[in-house]
Amino acid sequence: MLGLIGKKLGMTQVFDAEGRLTPVTVIKIEDNVVVENRTVEKHGYNSCVLGSFDKKKSQTTKPYAGQFEDICNPKKTLVEIRDFGQEAAVGDVLGVDLFKDVSFVDVVGTSKGKGFQGGMKRHGFAGGRATHGSKFHRDIGGTAMSASPSRTFKGHRMAGRMGTERVTVQNLRIVRVDEEMKVLLVKGAIPGPAQSVVIVKKAKKK
Amino acid sequence: MDVIKAIEAEQMKDNMDHFHVGDTVKVYFKIKEGEKERIQVYEGLVLCFNNGGIRRTFTVRKNSYGVGVERIFPLHSPRIEKVDVVRRGRVRRAKLYYIRSKVGKAAKVPELIIRKR
Repeated sequence: MLGLIGKKLGMTQVFDAEGRLTPVTVIKIEDNVVVENRTVEKHGYNSCVLGSFDKKKSQTTKPYAGQFEDICNPKKTLVEIRDFGQEAAVGDVLGVDLFKDVSFVDVVGTSKGKGFQGGMKRHGFAGGRATHGSKFHRDIGGTAMSASPSRTFKGHRMAGRMGTERVTVQNLRIVRVDEEMKVLLVKGAIPGPAQSVVIVKKAKKK
Repeated sequence: MDVIKAIEAEQMKDNMDHFHVGDTVKVYFKIKEGEKERIQVYEGLVLCFNNGGIRRTFTVRKNSYGVGVERIFPLHSPRIEKVDVVRRGRVRRAKLYYIRSKVGKAAKVPELIIRKR
């Protein structure tokens, strides 16, 4: 599946061909360098390792920099894309034009952190009544059965840390591919704050 | 941010600052019916401008057979052919929402007369 590393820049709106406003997310795709090709013979599966965003030499260790030797400058982000679906030799530079003939993409990102949240926000529990003497407002309610089993099962949904997890949004339409500015416009929202790293892949289900 | 501004700037019209709140305007709006495209004219009073950048909109209010009708247009929409000013209005505020609760003569905006010196 074709894929590239990008950076979420933010959202805006564009007018489409019929003059309708379309909400879009702007994803910057800097040069993606093919760092390694993994093969069935050697690794047991096919994949392509891409690197993006330059890293300062002073910030790299020798072992880290070693994997980029003779290929390119050390990169901040390394991502493995399984079954790339296109011939890509080590050292090739891939850009946003890879998505020229693609109309739908999936975007993988890390969602915004929400901190410690209750059951209503975190899991969509209904909660209780606000007024009329109700003493049950935003609690999570019962968590287990009675004397048997006499304990709460592991993994029960409760309050806790929410967000900052890997989220995939599928089937986002590509509105525009701008090779000059190296940006991709996709319709709708994608996970994570602005300036965060995202992986853009060709849609799996289209 | 600069990339986003560049994307927005591409689509923005630079000739849309000739009318203001309080003006009576004619909006020439393109409408697609099946295959055909025609232009509909919507005439009314500009109540307000909202938002900024590419999202900027303006609200036009008119009285249609005794019923007040308000329509919000995106200022930079390619479907707006042009906006003609019919009458300039003299207003002292940026949003004319009070007009909605006025009837008859009280719902009028006095005309702006600019004297030549």
